[in-house]
Amino acid sequence: MSANHEQSHAVDHGHEGGLNTKMIWKVFWILLAVTIFEVAISFTGISKDVLLVTFVVLTIVKAYFIVGYFMHLKFEAVPMKWSLLLPFILIVYLIFIAIYEGTALGLTIY
Amino acid sequence: MSNHSTAASPSTSIWGGDVSPFKVSWGKLYMWIFLVSDAFTFSSLLIAYGAMRHRFTDIWPLPNEVFTHFPFVHGHMPLAYVGLMTFILIMSSVTMVLAVDAGHKFQKKAVEKWLVLTIIGGFMFLGSQAWEWYHFIHGSEKGAYVLADGRFGRTDDLEPGVLKFRDGSKVEGAEATELIATSKKNIIGANLEENEYGNTPLFANFFFFITGFHGFHVFSGVMINIITLALVSSGFNERKKDYELVEKVGLYWHFVDLVWVFVFTFFYLV
Repeated sequence: MSANHEQSHAVDHGHEGGLNTKMIWKVFWILLAVTIFEVAISFTGISKDVLLVTFVVLTIVKAYFIVGYFMHLKFEAVPMKWSLLLPFILIVYLIFIAIYEGTALGLTIY
Repeated sequence: MSNHSTAASPSTSIWGGDVSPFKVSWGKLYMWIFLVSDAFTFSSLLIAYGAMRHRFTDIWPLPNEVFTHFPFVHGHMPLAYVGLMTFILIMSSVTMVLAVDAGHKFQKKAVEKWLVLTIIGGFMFLGSQAWEWYHFIHGSEKGAYVLADGRFGRTDDLEPGVLKFRDGSKVEGAEATELIATSKKNIIGANLEENEYGNTPLFANFFFFITGFHGFHVFSGVMINIITLALVSSGFNERKKDYELVEKVGLYWHFVDLVWVFVFTFFYLV
């Protein structure tokens, strides 16, 4: 039991090298720059559709850095990554059907 | 952690038993599973918002005409305040990850320092949210008018006597005074039944529910951080020779930050 415990610890410490203080601050500056950029372009005259796509892409970029580095998922085992991320296919599907349905309701004349 | 001996593994496959394919402790895995389920809850709320926004696309308020206030500044500063709130939350996420990093190095004093800063950041965010809710509920001086013909005209504190409509058109002067005099209803501020920002209660309902649900998560996170700080200070983690507690709490705190990134985009930016 205790041998197992120590073993699992050795494994845990094995991939902590993935993130150091320098990298943490680098991720912070990336997140800050992306946020400032998002607020800045929201005031420009770029068309609404282009803005929407840009915001969605940049949000996913920010999510990647938070989940990957701050939450350490980038350095976890591959089966762990897949088990946690794959269920979100359902969310993508839900976005598709809910937005489609909402738009259709808006076009319906009662 | 099997009860029997692990001396000889019958299979070399990682899924063959006697090894952890995930290579994390149970505690962390459980936290991750909880966070995935919580992410589904928040996704459903934001997707419901998106569906209703597409349903009422021509009357839905534009966020940059709603969230225009900034403390001590008279005038329109759309998005500046939520931008600041985002900065505060990202900052507190950084201090949290630095606390986890210090925990790996068994530096108790450093863990305490970064946890205290994280808690301060959490309280700053909660205070900002309270300020924003106050202004959202309180609204502008004159609010909005539901006109006799059913149209929905908003007033602007900076341009008195002007009625603004969702399609961008404006009415001024005597005509505006006449429309206001014959209007059916004047709405000031926001509650669950009506709001001055748009001719649908759904906008305020979603605002209260989604930012409230997220704010409650932040509040819980701050409380959990305080408990963690107390445990770390008491030497609990030193005795256990293990700072994984900080890591697990950190996962939750980063998740709260992650949700805000999505709320920020889909509630305030688009």
